[in-house]
Amino acid sequence: MSVRAIVDDYADRVPVLDTEANFHGNRVVYLHWEEHLSFCAALAFPLPPAMPWGALLEQIIPTYYGMHPDFKKIDWSQVKWTIDGKELTPDPAKSLEENGVRHKSLIRFWTPGLNGYNGANA
Amino acid sequence: MSKLSLKQRYALMTRGLDWETSYQPMDKVFPYDQFEGIKIKDWSKWEDPFRLTMETYWKFQAEKERKLYAVLDSFAQNNGQLGITDARYINAIKLFLTGVSPLEYQAHRGFAFAGRHIRGVGPRIASQMQSLDELRHAQTQIHTISHYNKFFNGFHDFRHMHDRVWYLSVPKSFFDDARSAGPFEYMIAIGFSFEYVLTNLLFVPFMSGAAYNGDLATVTFGFSAQSDEARHMTLGIEVIKFLLEQDPGNLPIVQRWVDKWFWRGHRVLGLVAMMMDYMLPKKIMSWREAWDIYFTEAGGALFEDLARYGLRVPKYADVATAEAEHLSHQNWAIFYQYTQAAGFHTWLPSDEEMDWLSEKYPNTFDKYYRPRFEMWRQMEKDGQRFYNNALPQLCTTCQIPMGYTEPSDPGTICFRSAEYKGEQYHFCSDGCKDIFLDEPEKFAQSWLPVHQIFQGNCGGADLGDVLKWYRINVGEDNFDYGQSQDKKLWDQWQADRHKVAG
Repeated sequence: MSVRAIVDDYADRVPVLDTEANFHGNRVVYLHWEEHLSFCAALAFPLPPAMPWGALLEQIIPTYYGMHPDFKKIDWSQVKWTIDGKELTPDPAKSLEENGVRHKSLIRFWTPGLNGYNGANA
Repeated sequence: MSKLSLKQRYALMTRGLDWETSYQPMDKVFPYDQFEGIKIKDWSKWEDPFRLTMETYWKFQAEKERKLYAVLDSFAQNNGQLGITDARYINAIKLFLTGVSPLEYQAHRGFAFAGRHIRGVGPRIASQMQSLDELRHAQTQIHTISHYNKFFNGFHDFRHMHDRVWYLSVPKSFFDDARSAGPFEYMIAIGFSFEYVLTNLLFVPFMSGAAYNGDLATVTFGFSAQSDEARHMTLGIEVIKFLLEQDPGNLPIVQRWVDKWFWRGHRVLGLVAMMMDYMLPKKIMSWREAWDIYFTEAGGALFEDLARYGLRVPKYADVATAEAEHLSHQNWAIFYQYTQAAGFHTWLPSDEEMDWLSEKYPNTFDKYYRPRFEMWRQMEKDGQRFYNNALPQLCTTCQIPMGYTEPSDPGTICFRSAEYKGEQYHFCSDGCKDIFLDEPEKFAQSWLPVHQIFQGNCGGADLGDVLKWYRINVGEDNFDYGQSQDKKLWDQWQADRHKVAG
């Protein structure tokens, strides 16, 4: 469907606010640690597409998830990843883009054996 | 001059004031009432059960307003703010003033637009009156709440905040969506879906919450608005019946609007859910109970009545009902961890409050939500009160952080997405995704606060810059209630009272 508007060329008149070009060289990337819902939603970051995946692991994730009691127990070799619903084993030396991260991609990760405070997905 | 009967006067002062234009074609004078596809054959079929003329309207309202302001004066003179149950309560009022009162003003603008652009004189007059009602409601709420601004933080810049602050974009975008639609969709969105189907879930809990918690000022504006609300509900039901009776082709259009605005309204009312279950020191009923009474029962009867026109219960009403078990907990969790960026305070529920929640939500609270609160309580004890330091992913349609879970799995976030013109868009629910797919050109323009911050349009890159741009005063308006100036002041008042009482 499309919008019913009083003008025929509505779609051509309106600005799309969140195209990649508006983010000054960054891409919006969403990150979500599954079964840890004390982080209420996926987290959003503006990241350069050329940033290595390893920087996500070494800088971003520990900074924003490190306060959770499960965090220290994560065995990173066991972690399961999806980008936009596709399973993959990311290469830390390659960039986000080379690993398949697009603008507004959603990266979800599961940490087997760890499912939140008291096992309650918290 | 002999006196006219009520009916005659109404006919002369409403229908009698209308005319067919001759210098310009009617279609040019009323350019907005056809593009939505709604067909009206006979405007004179519009029934106004209130038969109110503008002259009587002014008399009634002036009298009501005089009473309201007298009560407000006495509330202020008697330091009514001392009579509330606890200063935590005031945070519900902060949310109301910043989130809801500006909507009254938006409703005023919207009904003024509908009143100007609908061709039939009956609904035009009704819209004009509702437009004035909404303007009065905005005013009386601002006057009422201004008293609290003398004592508590977070009230100082509600207008400025409404257009900027991340969570206020939720109610703001709701009304922006309605007001940028045509006049008929606006009437269904606000007049029917909001004022008729959902309004009791907003006003009844707020006003009984205020009464239970000693906030006589808020009770007063609530009562004052009540007689207007009855008229608004009548307009809402009349507009839907009128559209459905006029042409069978109107049904699918109206049904689409009912589906859309039910879901959008349900999302906005999540703020009320959280207020009822978490923000009122003295609780009235749970959100779940309110939903059962005001939507499942009352709404069920309404849609049974409307079934004779072919209208069915809004799509995803069953999902909304299932969500009633989760909504308030998930919303409070969002605000608890982002209260550093909010214009009001949050706190963890006490043991008694958690027990109340367990009792009201036997299927969900202990299993899914109590552990979260216990974990955060432990963190607070360790001096590590939890604040989420990254920004959340937002739903493109409702603009709420994507914190809602799968309808069939409360342990997993509900992620939905869609492509439009090569761009990816994200949604919190099937309801929000459907709304987007119906009008992608419209929602591709969503002003999502998180993305706007990243684009550099909100004062700067770090939280301090953004809060300055919001005009949220750091250390006064935000952070946990436990460390707030509000609490300090309240505790001081209580201590002074004990001293006086000896």
